[in-house]
Amino acid sequence: MSSIPSPRRRRSRFSPVTRQVLLYLFFLLPAAMDIAQGMAGTLGPNPTSACLHDFGRYAFRFLLVSLAVTPLKRFVGVDIMLYRRPLGLLAFTYAALHVFFYVVVARHLDTHILWQDFSSRPFLTFGVLTFLILAALASTSTRRAIRALGRKWSPLHKLAYLAMIFACIHYSIAFKTWHVEPFIYTVIAICVLALRMVPRSARRKV
Amino acid sequence: MAAYRYPQPRASEITPRSYFLSRRAVMAGVVGTTLALAGSEQVAQAATGTAQNASGWPAPEKPTPQNDVTHYNNFYEFGTDKGDPAELSGAFKPLPWSVQIDGLVDNPRTWALEDLLKQFGQEERLYRMRCVEAWSMVIPWNGFSLAALLKAAAPKMGARYVAFTSVLRPSEMPGQRRGLFALKWPYVEGLRLDEAMHPLTLLATGVYGEALPTQNGAPIRLVVPWKYGFKGIKSITRITVTDRQPPTSWNLMAPEEYGFYANVNPAVDHPRWSQASEQIIGEGSLFHTARKPTQLFNGYAEQVAGLYQGMDLRKDF
Repeated sequence: MSSIPSPRRRRSRFSPVTRQVLLYLFFLLPAAMDIAQGMAGTLGPNPTSACLHDFGRYAFRFLLVSLAVTPLKRFVGVDIMLYRRPLGLLAFTYAALHVFFYVVVARHLDTHILWQDFSSRPFLTFGVLTFLILAALASTSTRRAIRALGRKWSPLHKLAYLAMIFACIHYSIAFKTWHVEPFIYTVIAICVLALRMVPRSARRKV
Repeated sequence: MAAYRYPQPRASEITPRSYFLSRRAVMAGVVGTTLALAGSEQVAQAATGTAQNASGWPAPEKPTPQNDVTHYNNFYEFGTDKGDPAELSGAFKPLPWSVQIDGLVDNPRTWALEDLLKQFGQEERLYRMRCVEAWSMVIPWNGFSLAALLKAAAPKMGARYVAFTSVLRPSEMPGQRRGLFALKWPYVEGLRLDEAMHPLTLLATGVYGEALPTQNGAPIRLVVPWKYGFKGIKSITRITVTDRQPPTSWNLMAPEEYGFYANVNPAVDHPRWSQASEQIIGEGSLFHTARKPTQLFNGYAEQVAGLYQGMDLRKDF
């Protein structure tokens, strides 16, 4: 393909910041629906674990999508760069809900149980590391932080790829047997990483 | 059959009779009432009249709501999500069913399900169920003691173990078509002969007074209330008495995580999580799960601890 049509800028009645906020709010809907259903008692016999697992999966999905933004632009010509930050923040938000449901709701903040869990379950170690990275990235995603960090911001935010790898491990070994879903997510993650490895000069040839 | 004594409820935890009876519009009947599995509705309705007389109805704790018992299941033959067995078991048509009893017995026989029910009847047993994943239920099963069936089969000298085999029907069980992403099929389990002969060990053919739904292991399954739930093999096709310890599915999958004995024990943690406490399914709310401490042998220590005297329960977990 020689010419990828450059996406035409359609005029939007909303400012870029408004569009970012709207996207963020829109994708909080799955969480709102889960919580509403959980409170209404229509989320099955174990609503807490349903929420816990749903939120974890959403966190991973948004992390993958936010990391797919750059390859989408480079190789497909779809530019959703404007939405990279809200997508990343969604990943963090869902990860925070996921952690809240585990630590507070499921484990009742019981430090003894939590310590036993964290010291004996390797998949939780990877979960914690993933969350710490996402928290660091979320807290340095403000305009002021970006300016303050200057050149250091970009290498810091490359940690998102590490978070993605940890999330793959966390999700894959969380079950009693191998599951199909983490396998699919891992394949997507590997694709994202592989595209990241393609040298810049090859951009036009693809 | 003489009533077997097992741990009784605290009075505070007993569900009011009227509430419990009304939820079971189809009443199984009192302890010891036998039911025909198929067409149990007519029999059950006939028994409803006698339900009021069941003042001695044993209830260890508050039974888990029926809908939770039948919609929160681990039955990997249908899928790994707790909701999969209820959702994806529609293609599984268990009846007609037969169970083959063989191995080191004097009377090997293939039993039709109806003959098992005719011969051994059904009684109600309210048992705790503790899953290895640290959640629990209290379930009113209907069934008969495995011991009765084994006695009829008459184990020979030298018999030491009982091996169980579940059904293999990939065309009806989507979880059996998942290749590497699954256990090896068919599911197999085993007990020591003395465990199998213990009066608490039940072959369940019903739950909540109704025939077992497909997701709960229709039409006949094992219930060993002092062991983790995965010992309770579902949809049993074959019971073999043997002289050597039989292979068991989860142990084959991860021997360091799932032992042959799998006795509920809060002091012996699963390598990947604590077994000290358990989530009570059917209680609590979205923002506050209900938990309770796990009991040794799931609260049946008085009845079964003797089976394991002199054993190191950490080693033989």
